[in-house]
Amino acid sequence: MTEEKKISREELLATGENIKAQYNFLVFITAVDYPERNVIGMVYHLRSLGNRDTLIIKIDLPREKPEIASVAGIWPAAEWHEREVFDLFGVNFLGHPDLRRILLPPDWEGSPLRKDYTKPGVIKRPETIK
Amino acid sequence: MDLAQDVFRYVEKMPGGNLILTTTDSLFNWAKANSLWYLLFGLKCCAIEMMAAGASRYDLDRLGLMFRASPRQTDLMIVAGTVTAKMAPRIRTLWEQMAEPRYVIAMGSCAITGGAFFYDSYAAIKGVDEVIPVDVYIPGCPPRPEALIEGILKLQEKIKKESLTKR
Repeated sequence: MTEEKKISREELLATGENIKAQYNFLVFITAVDYPERNVIGMVYHLRSLGNRDTLIIKIDLPREKPEIASVAGIWPAAEWHEREVFDLFGVNFLGHPDLRRILLPPDWEGSPLRKDYTKPGVIKRPETIK
Repeated sequence: MDLAQDVFRYVEKMPGGNLILTTTDSLFNWAKANSLWYLLFGLKCCAIEMMAAGASRYDLDRLGLMFRASPRQTDLMIVAGTVTAKMAPRIRTLWEQMAEPRYVIAMGSCAITGGAFFYDSYAAIKGVDEVIPVDVYIPGCPPRPEALIEGILKLQEKIKKESLTKR
């Protein structure tokens, strides 16, 4: 069974502590950029290895200052996933043990998976080429 | 072809005087072209085709190509795959660690121009020739092992035209 929950960012740590006995496997953490709503949406996919349930937690963060508590203390797998989201979306994870870029070079500037990201040298795909 | 006879063909060409250099050239070029040890190094899906070319069905060993795991022992770098902004400085370092004479084959569309990642990509370098000089370009996505072998034969032709005095 797949369940989806929308919570606020303040509830994340408490929710995590409550459900970590049941949802003991963190599949992945990712984020989605919604510039039209001025929101960065965090997505947490959790799985219960005991009764094979999936729980999806979604949290909206303000786009200007996306900050959220790190869940690396609850699910250790979260550490690298949060680093990836930090790398590509610029979300700041408070209390993360080692928050630095994981995929891009350390001297990279900007968050490339945000919709408004531009970089000199990136060639836009012309409309005529699908 | 008997290799010893092949060598003698070049040695016999040596009538003396200033012709010695050119015949040394052909001897050296013969040796260089037929012992192109390549770097054990692949970036992406083209590397699978490169591995297939190196395995027994296509068998690069019969052309004198063997992979070496250290850049210091290699003559040839086959850039097989997309070059990303993070990988580019590492490729440059590997290339600088290779001893002269060294050769580079750009294998596949990505290594030539960025290929499928030409548009809208923040990470892909538009061709490995922005980072290191390239001798032979092999188009394809990915090129078949036959295409890689043809590229290597082209490179051998190129090496056989080289001279010690001018490169």
